Amino acid sequence: MSTGNLLSVQNLSVRFGGLAAVSNVSFDVRRGEVFTLIGPNGAGKTTVLNLISRIYQPTSGDIHFDGHCLTAMKPDAVAGLGIARTFQNIELFEQATVLQNLLIGRHTRSHGNFWQHLLFTPSVWEDERAAREKVEEIIDFLDLQHYRDTVIAGLPYGVRKVVELGRALCVEPKLLLLDEPSSGLNTEETNDMAFWIDDIRDDLGIPILMVEHDMALVSRVSDRVLAMNHGEVVALGSPAEVKAHPDVIEAYLGKSQDVSTLRRRRP
Amino acid sequence: MRFIFKLSYDQDIRLAKHSGHVFWYGLLLMSLLLAPWVLPAYWSTLITLTMIYGIVGLGLMLLSGFTGLFSIGHAAFMGVGAYMQAVLTSMGWPFPIALLCSMAVSALVGAVVGLPALRVRGIYLAIATLAFAFIVQEVLVRWESITGGNRGLAVGMIDLFGWKTSSPTVFYYVCLILTILATLGVLNLLRSATGRAFVAIRDSEISAQSMGVNLARYKTLSFAVSAALAGLGGALSAHMLRFISPDQFGIVQSIDLLLIVIIGGLGSVHGAFFGAIFLIATPQAISLAKDFLPSALGQTVGLQSLVYGLILIAFVLFEPMGIYGRWVKIRTWFELAPLYRKGLFKRQKSFQKTERLK
Ligand SMILES: Nc1ncnc2c1ncn2[C@@H]1O[C@H](COP(=O)(O)OP(=O)(O)OP(=O)(O)O)[C@@H](O)[C@H]1O
Ligand SMILES: [Mg+2]
Repeated sequence: MSTGNLLSVQNLSVRFGGLAAVSNVSFDVRRGEVFTLIGPNGAGKTTVLNLISRIYQPTSGDIHFDGHCLTAMKPDAVAGLGIARTFQNIELFEQATVLQNLLIGRHTRSHGNFWQHLLFTPSVWEDERAAREKVEEIIDFLDLQHYRDTVIAGLPYGVRKVVELGRALCVEPKLLLLDEPSSGLNTEETNDMAFWIDDIRDDLGIPILMVEHDMALVSRVSDRVLAMNHGEVVALGSPAEVKAHPDVIEAYLGKSQDVSTLRRRRP
Repeated sequence: MRFIFKLSYDQDIRLAKHSGHVFWYGLLLMSLLLAPWVLPAYWSTLITLTMIYGIVGLGLMLLSGFTGLFSIGHAAFMGVGAYMQAVLTSMGWPFPIALLCSMAVSALVGAVVGLPALRVRGIYLAIATLAFAFIVQEVLVRWESITGGNRGLAVGMIDLFGWKTSSPTVFYYVCLILTILATLGVLNLLRSATGRAFVAIRDSEISAQSMGVNLARYKTLSFAVSAALAGLGGALSAHMLRFISPDQFGIVQSIDLLLIVIIGGLGSVHGAFFGAIFLIATPQAISLAKDFLPSALGQTVGLQSLVYGLILIAFVLFEPMGIYGRWVKIRTWFELAPLYRKGLFKRQKSFQKTERLK
């Protein structure tokens, strides 16, 4: 695997009315690493992800990914380049089954135009088979066999989180954006999530940019951590360095010392 | 109870998922093929009408039920198709070619009307489509040199490359073939990436986008296909009635079409046809029932609208999944016979997502 920067964010800023949600944030995500954004509620972490996936338009700054400038692109084109994501509030297709949700992850990889789909030509058939094969790989990877034909609306929260991760993996992304993968999960589910994150980086070779509050998980899986507060970068470095950084401790607690117990409750 | 063992992915891709499907749809097809020979002519006419409304319903189902875009002016697309067909056939174009042209023009108009859908959703989009429907009706009334205005337009018989026929039986089979083709086309779309993109847009635009679905492209496409099917239905109804006038394609017709998809069951292809059957059969049932009602009630004007209204309210309250939802429950009851439990179809509300990103 080649090293070097896959994603590079330079002086990124966005304002919502009078609020500087993100100001002058710069960082790089290297190939093969898990890069985590931390920070107290409202720090602007989700906003950074939304800027990268182009749901928000930056006020200023640049985002480069794999040789492309993202700032001039539409959200769907970003997916086409190989950036897949999950959402803090889970955005699954509620009335569809797990299988159908995962198949939508294959959208950018599907071939054929409208007329071929209308006639369901042999090449479309072949395409569907290939899509299904890939989806089954992900189902096996995430142990979702049991839920394959269940409609999302009837699934518990923890499983939905995994399905959403699976849908992003079906894109076969070059970069995975995860917004709080462990929020709302119990200890056991969080543990599974940590294993998967490790496996996604090491076995599937997909770098991850994630937002996370659970410091135990962050320390366990992250290669580098960026701490934000009020839209600004507070510290960048290894998990241990950032956790011990006085500004980070102050951002979280005002004064005190221990940040490891800060876990978010279910939304 | 049926257990289906899945041995290959093809089983999930295929349209007929198991031998039961093959049997029942085969039986349905056989009955429809035989119907004109065994049923009284009046009944075949009703079936023809049901098929025509089924096609239009299918189009609206694709748009509203599968893409989540509501149109309350859909009859206008029927109008475009009907008038195109009337004008082209009067110029001597053969029926199939005129039909394709009518569909193409309806699709084009649909794509244009879909433009607001790129910006607005829900009630605002519905109002935009309604406004469009009024415009179309106005054009049909005013453009007298072509449309004949309020006097309407006579439509010729169908002309299959020189072979002219006004036989209702031939027309029945033409409609049957087109209904089957339209249904297969929609089913094909729904099991391919295009259909999945539609459903993705319906359920969450934001994540559809982040999965690489180009919203503008697929919304426009959905409008175009939907309008093409409405245009096809309109063209067929023009031939069926042999006369068209602007008021046939007004707001009342549009609401009938909405009834089809809502009562039939939003988000199901079956629903479009159940809805069409409902739309055609209810007036018949009401007029039959009139004879048995006390004359004060039976002769009341507006009885039909009242019954429609009550049924619609009942469905919205008790069976939001429409006739199709009811049908699935009854079928499941039979399949599971002793094991059916009451809460089987209860929606779980364990988790509700917030609307923060919208
Ligand atoms: N679309 C928007 N319009 C206006 N303000 C917004 C918008 N999105 C985010 N904000 C504001 O920007 C700030 C940063 O929000 P963001 O969601 O990025 O925080 P976060 O770091 O992800 O917090 P949390 O840990 O609660 O998820 C908040 O004050 C939020 O209210
Ligand atoms: Mg957030």
